[in-house]
Order: sequence, then C-alpha cells, then structure tokens
Amino acid sequence: MKLHEYYSKKRFAEYGIPIPKGEIAESPQEAQKIAKKLAGPVVIKSQVLVGGRGKAGGIKLAQDPKEAFQHAKDILKLTIKDLPVRKVLVDQAADIKDEIYLGITNDRSARKPVIMASAEGGVDIEEVAHKTPEKIIKCHIDPLLGLQSYQSRDLAAGIDLSRDHWRVFGKIAQGLWQAYIGSDATLAEINPLVVTGEGELLAVDGKMVLDDNALFRHPDLEKFRDLDIDKKTEIKAREYGLSFIQLGGNIGCMVNGAGLAMTTMDIIKLFGGEPANFLDIGGGASSEKVAAALEIILSDSNIKVILFNIFGGITRCDLVAKGILEALKHVKTDVSMVVRLEGTNAAEGRQLLKDASMETADTLAEAAKMAVAAAKE
Amino acid sequence: MSILVNKKTRLLVQGITGKEGLFHTEKMINYGTRVVAGVTPGKGGEWVMNGKVPVFDSVKIAKNATGANTSVIFVPARFAADAIFEAADSGVELIICITEGVPVHDMMRVRNYLDQKDVRLIGPNCPGLLTPSEAKVGIIPGNIAIPGNIGVVSRSGTLTYEILFALKNLQLGVSTCVGIGGDPINGTNFIDTLMLFQEDPDTEKIVMIGEIGGTDEEQAAEYISDHVTKPVAAFIAGRTAPPGKRMGHAGAIVQGGTGLAEDKIKALKKARVKVAKHPEEIPSLL
Repeated sequence: MKLHEYYSKKRFAEYGIPIPKGEIAESPQEAQKIAKKLAGPVVIKSQVLVGGRGKAGGIKLAQDPKEAFQHAKDILKLTIKDLPVRKVLVDQAADIKDEIYLGITNDRSARKPVIMASAEGGVDIEEVAHKTPEKIIKCHIDPLLGLQSYQSRDLAAGIDLSRDHWRVFGKIAQGLWQAYIGSDATLAEINPLVVTGEGELLAVDGKMVLDDNALFRHPDLEKFRDLDIDKKTEIKAREYGLSFIQLGGNIGCMVNGAGLAMTTMDIIKLFGGEPANFLDIGGGASSEKVAAALEIILSDSNIKVILFNIFGGITRCDLVAKGILEALKHVKTDVSMVVRLEGTNAAEGRQLLKDASMETADTLAEAAKMAVAAAKE
Repeated sequence: MSILVNKKTRLLVQGITGKEGLFHTEKMINYGTRVVAGVTPGKGGEWVMNGKVPVFDSVKIAKNATGANTSVIFVPARFAADAIFEAADSGVELIICITEGVPVHDMMRVRNYLDQKDVRLIGPNCPGLLTPSEAKVGIIPGNIAIPGNIGVVSRSGTLTYEILFALKNLQLGVSTCVGIGGDPINGTNFIDTLMLFQEDPDTEKIVMIGEIGGTDEEQAAEYISDHVTKPVAAFIAGRTAPPGKRMGHAGAIVQGGTGLAEDKIKALKKARVKVAKHPEEIPSLL
C-alpha cells in the first residue's frame, strides 16, 4: 500500500524529521485559507500516487493566497496518468540550496534493509541508479541491530555533506529508520531532503510504501489507502479474498494457485491469445468463491471466453467440478467456457462437466488452444 | 535416498490444534510421516489424532520429550515469526513454515537470526516437502508423485503439483520435492537446494520452477554453470505479468526493471539449462 506524500511526511514528522509547515486542501478556497495562514510563498502539490507530478503541471509555486487559489483550482481539475487529483498539499515554500536523496528499502537479495543517500536529490533516483550508480551511497542495516550512528556518518561523508550538517543528518536518518520500522514500510524515502539557505535540513517531499501483509499491525493506516490506483474489479476481488489483476485481453482466467495462474496467462499468450486477468481463487475452489470470481471476470465486457484451470490436489476434482456447476447456476452468462481439471479424481470431475455439456480439455496446452480459438470466433 | 526429509524424520507440528494443523497432520500421518508431537501454547497435555499425538505447550518441551528433529509450522501469519524463533531456539535441525502472509520485516529479522544458527528454514508461504514413499511434510498432496531420481525445487504450489503429476503420469519418479515458497525473503533458496540435490547420490536430474521477481533464478543459473553437473530443466512463470503488480505471491513482482521472466530464462539458457515454454514440456526435456 502506497501512502500519499502528505501522510508520509506527517508520519516522518512524528519521528522527529523536520518537514515544511503545510496542510491539505480539497478546494481552492481551502488552499487560499492555508496560504494566508502560512504567509509568504507556498507550493501547491497534487496528491496523486504517481511520479512525474511536476512535469504534468501538478506542482506550482504561489507567491500569495490569491495565486494559491488559482493554482489549486487548476491543479484540482487535473488528471495525472489516469488519476484524478482530489487533494492538494499547501506547503510553505523552502529556500532551496541543495537537494539530497535519502531512502530506506528492503534489499531482497541481501535479505536486509538498505539505506541510500545521494547528493543528486530531487530527481528520479532510479534514473540516477541506472546512469551514475557511483553517485548513490548504500549501506545495509542489520535488522536485529538497527541503524548505527557511524552508518549515518558514512553516508553523510559519502555524499560530501558539509560537516556542520552531520549531526542533524544523523537524526533524520535515525528518524527515517524508526518510521520505516514503525510502519512496516517496504520503502521510506525523502526526495529531496533540502539544505535551505538558512542552513537547515528539511524533508520537502516524502514517500512511503507499506507491506500489505503487515497492515494488521497498523489498523490506523488502512484508512489512508488511495482506492483510485486500484481498478474497481481489483477492489471487489480484495473484498472476497481473491487475488485478481486486470490485464486487458479477452480470455478470462480462473485458476487455483498464483504460479499456475501466471502460467495460464503465459500459455494463452504463447498460443496467440490475450489473457484478460490474473486470478488466483485459492485452494478449495468452493462454489461461493467461483461465483464471486465469475462475476468479477464477467464485469469486463471484452470477455469472450473463460478458461478454468484447476489442479485438484487435496481437494478432489469431482468436488471442484460440482463447485463450478453450482456457481454457474447463480451467475447467468452466455460467454463460452473451457475447463481443464487435473489431479485427484480428474476423470470423474471431467465427466460431471461433460454431462452438463461444458467443454473440457485434458491438458493445459489443449485448453489454451481451445480458449484462443473460442476467443477468435 | 532423498534430501531434507525421509523415514528418519521425527516431525513436530506447531499449531497442531488449529484447523489447518489438524487437517494436514492427518494427511501427513496417513502418508506414513512420523508425527511425534504437536505444539499449541496453552494446550499442553492434550492429545490429538485419536490419542496418537501428544500436544505440548512449547517446542522445547516437545522436542525433549519426543526427540523431534523437524518442525512444520501451521500458525497464523502474525504468530509465524515467533513460532520460527521458538523452533530455532529449541534445537531442531529443520523448520518448514507453510504460513502465507508473514510480514517482510519479520522475515528479515528471522533470516538474519537464523543465519547465526545451525538450523535450516524452508518457506514461509510454501507447500513444504515431499519425499515420495518416505515422508510428506507440509501440504503437497501425497498421491501425485512416485519415488524416483528427479529432484524438484519450486517457488510455487499448484504449479509444482502440476509438474509432479505430469511426471507421475509418465512413470517418472521424484527423489524429493522442495517448495521453497513465494515470499521475497525465505529461509532456503534455489542455490541451497541445488547444492543438496547435487550432493544427493540418488538425485540424477533436477527440475527447477521459478517465477518473476527478485534475482534468485539468475544467481541459481550462475551456480549451476559453476557447480551443478546433473542435468537441469526449468520453467519460469510470469512472462505476461505486468510490471509493478504483485502476482499473488508476495515475491512475484517486477520492480525497477528487475525480476523479469525473460532475464531469468536468458540466464538459465546461458547456463545450459533446458527451459520449457510451458510446464507440460518439462518431462520431455529430462
């Protein structure tokens, strides 16, 4: 789950990281009021969960409250990379001298958190990593020990930060580490961390991505989920405990198991078709889950055919077949279906489906070919 | 012969009195696995499986009383890290965590702690292990594989069952099947398992089933070209997965241009691994 800039920075501030004064506005009037209160130039920043907000006209500097009103009005009308701007952050403008990058993320192959700093802040860090990797200083953190002070000093020295700032930089790095741990984040990032004309450090932009598997520890953060970035079908699937991702083709997939679900998409493509979705209905393939999954798949009007690919291991295939037939009683559709059942009691399961005049396939390759052919009819 | 689990395995089940724990304990016992104890804190002194398996309050007590050497974990995700730490501190040699949805920060702490100890973790978010005709530890259906000389290692569940079943239908048997799990941080990876298969005299061929996300397959490819002399066939799932989306498994995600199926396939081919276009091709590549 991604957190908006505003909530990320607020969270950072709770851990002692200095952030600009600012508030969130949902209308131009509110933005004007906030600008008046802050006095002096403000930055109006669209709160959408994509990169490149600035280039899209989603971040603007306003000299006075009247200009803040106008900019907020313009920005709130924008749609950036398909996402509507519903809120803007009105922040006191900072006097920027230098821009630094500071971030912590999980390093999957090292199995440890890694803290990274760069003197090239304020730009896309992945681009810096790609073009000039030597400009990023990295340091792995032992998750059992936490961030050590010497590591922050190494980073500060590594990016040639003036020694006057080392102590404050260390405090900010420690705060970021605590925010990352305390929120079960997979990414906690300040970009840019600004050195102001007055010689202070300030987190001007912030970003956090949280581990969905750890949200049970942070019930207070769930309400900050931005549903605009998920498709409606994906939100509905989440409510049913189904893992679903919409892809855009016309062959719906209903599969048990994530690896097998990916494989089913791949094999459809291999035989010249276009998969419409990734869907893992989990182990049992009960009629309730199948019915819910069918409704979600069929809500996409492009669907020409649905391919069921179920491996019955502990759940016997005859029971799976009964579940599918039961679900089809409740979901009315004339979309064609191809079912491929394999595993325990597969022959009995297939017979049940054949008796109900459903198309069945013996192998995955055969099922994929049948589905692709049906989609082209 | 086999790797990791066999007839000598003395298994302890953490979370044995839960729904999943009971269900799969019965399946494991029916398969012939020696389940010697169960653990559920607060339920010590009870018996399950018609009075055949004693339940203890802690892993340490259970291990001391029964000589268990392996523990399989069926507890909910929020308690999984604690269960793994407890098993590791009890002195068992092998821990298999079936639980899906363990927070990744928990797994970073678990993995870094376990690295200091002489204990191996398989999983989490995995189907466990199967050494056909000897022992089944976890949730892999026992009837879909027969004994033989093919070692199978996989990040997936049902996809692995598919391949085991396809092998069985051709009378091809398996030495051990290891489900290493679909999480970004796990206890045992491809390289660890390949090393064990390479050393196992009864494993003659290896099947490796990977998927998008991370670079474990690329590292395994390098390891194979340097150290593995046995033939390896592979399948990689997720060629059509869109970047930035988690495909069911927490670890199955293409991020910042890494974790792509094409890169993994390329690396494996370079290491002279035969890569199947779809899983049903696997048996013909062996």
